[in-house]
Amino acid sequence: MRMGYYPGCSLLGSSREFDESVRAVAAALDLDLVQVPDWNCCGASSAHVLDAKLAAALPARILAQAAEAGLDEVLAPCAACYNRLVSAQQALAKNPAFAEEIAGITGAPAATRVRVLNVLEVLDRLRDTIQARVKTPFGRKVACYYGCLLVRPPRVVAFDRPEDPRSMDLLAEAAGAVPLPWSHKTECCGASFSVTRTDIVAKLSGRVLDAAVKAGAEAVLVACPMCQSNLDMRRPEINAHLGRELDIPVLYITQALGLALDLDPEKLGLHRHMVPAMPARA
Amino acid sequence: MGSPSHEPDTLKARLRRDLGVNLNHCYQCGKCSAGCPVAEDMDLTSSRAMRLLQMGDPELDRQVMASEGIWLCLTCETCSTRCPQEVEVAQVMDHVRHEALQAGLAHPRSRDIVAFHVAFMDSVRTTGRLYEIGLVADYKARSRHLFKDVTLAPKMYVRGKLPLLPHLIKGRNALKGIFARTLGKGR
Repeated sequence: MRMGYYPGCSLLGSSREFDESVRAVAAALDLDLVQVPDWNCCGASSAHVLDAKLAAALPARILAQAAEAGLDEVLAPCAACYNRLVSAQQALAKNPAFAEEIAGITGAPAATRVRVLNVLEVLDRLRDTIQARVKTPFGRKVACYYGCLLVRPPRVVAFDRPEDPRSMDLLAEAAGAVPLPWSHKTECCGASFSVTRTDIVAKLSGRVLDAAVKAGAEAVLVACPMCQSNLDMRRPEINAHLGRELDIPVLYITQALGLALDLDPEKLGLHRHMVPAMPARA
Repeated sequence: MGSPSHEPDTLKARLRRDLGVNLNHCYQCGKCSAGCPVAEDMDLTSSRAMRLLQMGDPELDRQVMASEGIWLCLTCETCSTRCPQEVEVAQVMDHVRHEALQAGLAHPRSRDIVAFHVAFMDSVRTTGRLYEIGLVADYKARSRHLFKDVTLAPKMYVRGKLPLLPHLIKGRNALKGIFARTLGKGR
């Protein structure tokens, strides 16, 4: 299978292990990822706060680049990129006058036919293959943490259930893990306040980790770079806020799948986490 | 306000016109604030902001625009998701922020948050992609929080999470054009 690929900025830097594990798992599942040529930043957490047209124009250029390269489907592993691409595309589809204005700004017609997919959506298509190829089951009890942007707002992203999603749980199960029912699947981690309001991130991410640990999880699985970095890199602040030391690791779903498929932990970027995410080898 | 035959120029009217959001649909059930993860930190919660905007009074509009609450909104979309009337609360928050910035009403305590977003987009304006070291350096200069996270950066660096050079895309001129025609500060 061939598919467009939009890594997004954080996958080149602070979340490069997400990129590494997506590519490694895709290769192991015979999924051919074709990078969107000369892609730009989608504007992520900031453009929409400052200017509505900027927030639509940046994703519009990305989608136009994908369309020009003949890509019908584009995988955007970062949940924030996925949400921004889908949101912008819908805003353009809903309002032809706005679409025309944005086309004037980007210099390219709105690429409304390119389908943007998140990482769970793509992996879900490959679930049977994953299950068949599991060599070392990821035998840990896990809390699947979806965060906000993969499932909300439902009128825009229309993916899974907004309050109690299941797609990652099913993938974790396919990899041999035991997904637990728990309370904070879609509660916000504090998102882009990581730098500006670390106090809020410590409080919100602390609630998420506390709930996962109380549910009996041995690892938290995520599909969003912001969730991962807040829960992992902000652990000292979280622990200080909670007043106790939580050492539960936070892995990308692709890393858990990669381990189950017997891929090299180094190639999955497992050594890059702040909180040690020891491979599940018995 | 103006004559009754004219639609008053209020945030409520502009939200209706520009976003298609009808604030009259809000019946003040409070679900948006009840589920909001930062409601407890806000001086003005989302449901209260909806109520004030609903009044269609420029003075109350100013009150909402000048609140700190609009800057604490994480755009997590819990409010929009749970609103039984399908009012796009998070979109309203974005729009109110845009107008607050244009009107120079951004709350003083939100200075760092605004600085972060401006630094973020400045990084994208020049290179086409977010350059994380540049973002943090720019943010530190703007916010004057020079020593925040000094211990985190080296840990990120040794784990290969902080590439030292920015990624320059080829279409940098296209990007500059997009910024010039939107934020209007193209360099």
